Amino acid sequence: MTFPLYVAPEQLVRDKAEFARKGIARGRSILGLDYADGVLLLAENPSTALHKISEVYDRIAFAGVGRYNEFETLRKAGIRQADLMGYLYSRDDVTAMGLATAFSQTLGIIFIRDPKPFEVEVLIAEVSEDGSEHRLFRVTYDGTLFDERNFVAIGGKAEQLTTALGELWREGLTLTEAFEIGADVFRQAEGRESEGWEAAVLDASKGPRTFRRLDPTELTAS
Amino acid sequence: MDVPVPGASFTDLLDSLGARPTWTTQPGEKAPSTPEGTTVLALRFDNGVVMAGDRRATEGHLVAHRRIRKVYPTDRYSAVAIAGTAGLAIEMVKLFQVELEHYEKIEGVRLSLEGKASFLARLVRGQLPLAIQGLVVVPLFAGYDEREQKGRLYSYDVVGGRYEETDFGSTGSGARLAKSFLRTTYREDLTSEDAADLAVKALVAAAQEDTGTGGPDLIRGIFPNVVRVDSDGVAELSDEVVGPLAENAVESIL
Repeated sequence: MTFPLYVAPEQLVRDKAEFARKGIARGRSILGLDYADGVLLLAENPSTALHKISEVYDRIAFAGVGRYNEFETLRKAGIRQADLMGYLYSRDDVTAMGLATAFSQTLGIIFIRDPKPFEVEVLIAEVSEDGSEHRLFRVTYDGTLFDERNFVAIGGKAEQLTTALGELWREGLTLTEAFEIGADVFRQAEGRESEGWEAAVLDASKGPRTFRRLDPTELTAS
Repeated sequence: MDVPVPGASFTDLLDSLGARPTWTTQPGEKAPSTPEGTTVLALRFDNGVVMAGDRRATEGHLVAHRRIRKVYPTDRYSAVAIAGTAGLAIEMVKLFQVELEHYEKIEGVRLSLEGKASFLARLVRGQLPLAIQGLVVVPLFAGYDEREQKGRLYSYDVVGGRYEETDFGSTGSGARLAKSFLRTTYREDLTSEDAADLAVKALVAAAQEDTGTGGPDLIRGIFPNVVRVDSDGVAELSDEVVGPLAENAVESIL
C-alpha cells in the first residue's frame, strides 16, 4: 500500500502560481485603454489568423494572453454565456461584470481543482451606452478579479506597460493618439519594435454592436 | 460557464441545455386561435434586395394588432420577413438572429448567405408538427451575398422547403395579389429607390383586395416596414422615407 505524498497547501498553491506565471510570461502582452469614443484593445500579434481579441457582446470585448487553447476555451464560454443571457432575458442584462465574475469563478476553480492551472490572463472591456464610464476587468490565472480604471495591461510585461501607461495616458485621446501611446508603451516595455499589431475598438458611437477590428497599417500611416 | 458543447451553433447549445422553447400538443387537438402575420414580400434590385411587410396581424376576422413588425434585419447582410402564426414566427426570428451572431463571434467569420438560408430551413422544418395543427410559420429570407456580390432571396414552405427566387417573392395571405402586381411591374434594372417604391405599391395593391393585409394608415402614421440589404449592409427605411412612398402608392393604385 502506497500513501500519497503529503504536500502542504501553501506549497501547492505557490508551485501552481509559479508555473502559471512562467507560462504567461513567455507570451506577449495586451493592453486596453480608454479613448474619446470608447476603448482600444491592442495586442502584439504577428499572426493575422489567430486572434487574441474578440467580440463578446454588443458593448463587450474579450482579450486573452497565455496558452491559446486555454483562453480560446474561456472566450467561447464567455460568448455562450453572454448570448444565452441575452436570449433568455434581454440584451441589456448582459454585463461585463457578470462575465468577469464568471471567468473569475471558472479560473479559480480550475486553479484549485486541476493538477495544471490555466496559464492565462484575460481582459474584459465594456463601453457604456453614452460613452462616459467604461469598464475594464482583468482576471488572473488563479481567478483573482481586478477592476481597472482608464487603462489596463495583461501578460508577462503587464507591470512595465501599466507603469508606462500611467505616465502617458490622458483623458479624451483620439483613436490615433491612443494607438500611438499604446505602440510607444510596448516599445518601451519590450525594448524592440513590434512584430505586428492586432487592434480592435469598442466604439460607443457606433451601435448596437460596437466591436470593430482595426487595420493597424491605417493607424500607423495616419 | 464551461458548458461542454462543441460547435458554433447557438440552437444546439440551447437544445443541449433543454432551454429551447418547445410545444407539445396531442394529435388532432385543435390549435388555439392566435394572431397571424399577413403579407410580406421581397424583390431584387441592381445591387441588393428590398423587403417589405404590412403592419397588420389578424385573428380570424378580427384585426389583432395594427402595428406589428414583420420584417427584421438578422445580421449585417441579411433580413427575414415572416408570415403565419406571429408568436412562433417572432420567436423563430429571435433565435435565428442570435444564431447568426453567435456563429460569427465563435468562428470569427459570418456564415455564407446559402448557409444562413439553409439554417433557417432547419428552423422552419422544426415547426412541422405544429404546422400540421394549423400553427404555420412561413418566412422569406433575403440578403446580400458577399461572395457573389449580389442580392439573393429565398422563399420557404411549411416543411422547410427552400426555394431561391430570381426576382421577387412573397408570402402570407396577400401574397398572390402582391406577386401579380410585381409580375407586371418588375424590371431588372431597378434602383433601390424604385424597388422600395414598388414594394410599398405591391403591399397597397394586396391590401385593396385582401382583408388580412393592412394598407398604410395615413391618419395614424402607420406605414409598412421596409428594409434594404445591399453591399453597404442592412438598413431600415425610416417613416420619413416610407411615408411619402405610401401616400403616393395610396393615390396611384386604384
